[in-house]
Amino acid sequence: MPQTAVAAVPTTAVAVPATSYAVERSTLANGLRVVVTPDRSSPVVAVAVYYDVGIRSEPEGRTGFAHLFEHLMFQGSASLQKMEHVKYVQASGGTLNGSTRMDYTNYYEALPSHALERALFLEADRMHSPRVTEENLANQIAVVKEEIRVNVLNQPYGGFPWLTLPPVLFDTFPNAHNGYGGFEDLESATVADAQDFFDRYYAPGNAVLAIGGDLDVAEAMALVERHFGDVPSRAVPPRPDFDEAPPATERRAEQVDPQAPAPAVALGWRVPDPADLDAYLPFVVLTSALTTGDASRLRRRLVHEDRLATDVGSHLGLMEDPFDVRNPTALILEAHHGADVTGDRVVTAVDEELDRLATDGLDTGELERVQARLGSALVQGQDHVLGRVLSMAVFEQQRGRAELVGELPALLGEVDGGQVQAAAAALRPQSRARLDVVAGGR
Amino acid sequence: MSAPRTVPALGRVRTAALPTVAERVLPSGLRVVAVRRPSVPVVHLRLRIPTALRRGTDLARVRLLERTMLLGTADRSQAELAEALQRVGGSMRVSSDSDRLLVAAESLAGGLPALLGLLADVLTGAAYPRAQVEGEAARLADQTRRVLSQPGVVADEAWLAQAFGAHPYGREYPSPDELLAVSPGTLRSAHRRRIVPEGSLLVLVGDLSPARVLDRVQKELAGWDTDGGPSQVPKVPAIEPGPLVLVDRPGAVQSNLRLGGPALARTDPDYAAQELANALFGGYFSSRLVMNIREDKGYTYSPHSSVQQGSRASFLFLQADVATEVTAPALVEVGYELGRLVTLAPGKDEVADTAQYLVGALALATSTQAGLVGALTGLLADGLDVSWLREYPRRLLAVTPEDVLSVSQRVLAPAGMVTTVVGDASSVEGPLSALGEVARA
Repeated sequence: MPQTAVAAVPTTAVAVPATSYAVERSTLANGLRVVVTPDRSSPVVAVAVYYDVGIRSEPEGRTGFAHLFEHLMFQGSASLQKMEHVKYVQASGGTLNGSTRMDYTNYYEALPSHALERALFLEADRMHSPRVTEENLANQIAVVKEEIRVNVLNQPYGGFPWLTLPPVLFDTFPNAHNGYGGFEDLESATVADAQDFFDRYYAPGNAVLAIGGDLDVAEAMALVERHFGDVPSRAVPPRPDFDEAPPATERRAEQVDPQAPAPAVALGWRVPDPADLDAYLPFVVLTSALTTGDASRLRRRLVHEDRLATDVGSHLGLMEDPFDVRNPTALILEAHHGADVTGDRVVTAVDEELDRLATDGLDTGELERVQARLGSALVQGQDHVLGRVLSMAVFEQQRGRAELVGELPALLGEVDGGQVQAAAAALRPQSRARLDVVAGGR
Repeated sequence: MSAPRTVPALGRVRTAALPTVAERVLPSGLRVVAVRRPSVPVVHLRLRIPTALRRGTDLARVRLLERTMLLGTADRSQAELAEALQRVGGSMRVSSDSDRLLVAAESLAGGLPALLGLLADVLTGAAYPRAQVEGEAARLADQTRRVLSQPGVVADEAWLAQAFGAHPYGREYPSPDELLAVSPGTLRSAHRRRIVPEGSLLVLVGDLSPARVLDRVQKELAGWDTDGGPSQVPKVPAIEPGPLVLVDRPGAVQSNLRLGGPALARTDPDYAAQELANALFGGYFSSRLVMNIREDKGYTYSPHSSVQQGSRASFLFLQADVATEVTAPALVEVGYELGRLVTLAPGKDEVADTAQYLVGALALATSTQAGLVGALTGLLADGLDVSWLREYPRRLLAVTPEDVLSVSQRVLAPAGMVTTVVGDASSVEGPLSALGEVARA
């Protein structure tokens, strides 16, 4: 008997040690907000620019435009021809990418620290002016169409549920439309559209620049001023309130998928405004208690005990980004199940588990172990300078507080069992959207 | 548009200090390596057990072994094990390929002793309870059906089958029926035979004290002393190029192109030149292939080539998912880029830029605890040591255009490659046949 091993395992959860990262901030005369966080432990740096415009700001008839525009930002800029930006970053030993989310579009690179000034120059150059031509636009429309084919159209469960649940859960165009875009909309995009979009949304005052890693703060701030200081100031567009009323009765839809071999079901509920952390964080803890790991409630019940589902997961945010979205947003729960099990049975079991949690609360020790796991995952995410810088940029942009990157584990640790219980009680059948994948699979 | 400006020069290079490695071989034959990297209060571990697939029936057994190791032990149910992992802010996962089984885990630094205790419990006491194993087999069979409905996976499997035939390297997924036929008893005996310390490697990286951790591992894993040793896959038959193999996927809006052939192992003196040649061809965004079929032609979103390392064979592998109507034209461009690399030396700047990219990518990949533990485990398993992290960048920077040409002629020659395509045969078979012989899978 391995008695020693059993004795070594504690019955109480390990406390999540506090981490903290120094943050220096500044606002340039043109309105660009800058946050810098030094860490000299590895000779690498990360640079990120977040523009406060995302999928929700696309005009009707221009679905997918925010993402198409992200592609265009790699096609050359004031001082650089097509692909030079990418080549300068990579030939400096760096990696780079961009992404388009509900509320922001970001551009970022991680590089050896000796390439910091070059990275700042490259980001500043495209903040000055991207080089959008008819030829580049046509090329990137073709590339984006292939991206949509590989991820959605030629893929079983393509777009499920992140593209297919929003039109069930939401009523208004900004929240409900397909952020990847329809081919007709993409194909009708023009160079003038791109220029308008840039002029309107890519003003320095509408962006946050975050820098971290192996750098000297004063030198970094001076480099920022040198390269970004003369980007002309422009009007910052007012940010619309995209809020809408939550569902008053259960809404349902089906996604017929000829490529899928088995059915699946997704549920979505509106959650409190993420700006109100006190109200929002209990839902973060709830998703972890429901579906993270084999000790979680729904994994235990649906997958291991009743064998109703082959997989079940839950998360906040349609793009699985609990801390990267503004209001309105949702808690999403999805399960894959066999053809011999109805979606109703799966959903009934979910409802029973939510009721049980809402009625009886969490078990002894459950909250603490869920918080230890959540806090540990957040701390692990901080280890990469790029992960840390990306989090700081969005916290600064959406909450004015880059320091949250170090503060979040402790804040999650302050959530109490009663709040998690109340969060579970808020997930009622009559206020949700439900989407079933009907498999027509080969 | 504002006036063009000059791109700033690079600053002074700073190199990361080489990690200090503490090491011990336990009486059981387990090699333990610990590295202190206290960047965040977490410890990551990787246990690499070199147990190989020897015959066809092994695949389903090892895949199910991997999936059922954490279903409970003599002392703990699955839920108790999972709760204990949560309490230390941790998780544990088991994965396998044809050459080895890997247990990956992490915890908050303060939870490391407990994590080691749980690891020991799994290694010595995994129970494979009948009802749960059967449930997990059914679940894995369902998941496998779902994975095999993805055209990209079908294409990878078709290429592996064509290149390696019945050898264990010839597929990654067992059929659902094979999985359902494995009994719990088979798994218990597979655990006894395969999960052994002799030849295995445990690497720990994070906020730890190396000397203390080695003692702790020795104490916690003292009970893991099962007899046995490593195994190896059978000798790998030579990859025989043949006609293009077409797998029909009626109505598909894209075709999944897969090309590849034999490559050099990491221990080969020309490995650095090969990695550079691969990157320059299609291994990163600035590569020739991305420039051509994405940024110039718009045929595809994310073409990529890589060098895949096995213990007894390595291969170079290209994946590109292209619009159905440009399937044959895309293949022509791939052939053009391969042909160019095997007949003309690349430019000096192109080689230097690619070398810089690879040097930087290695620095970034080893700048985190999780990245370093993975890199070290791979290095040590290949018979190299930590000094490789310092020497390999120098080798990359020393590669010349002539080296790239010469290694490309060995590993990128289109004549030596196996090609498979998954796509709508009614649309693509005609144009593909105009390029060369096509065989239906």
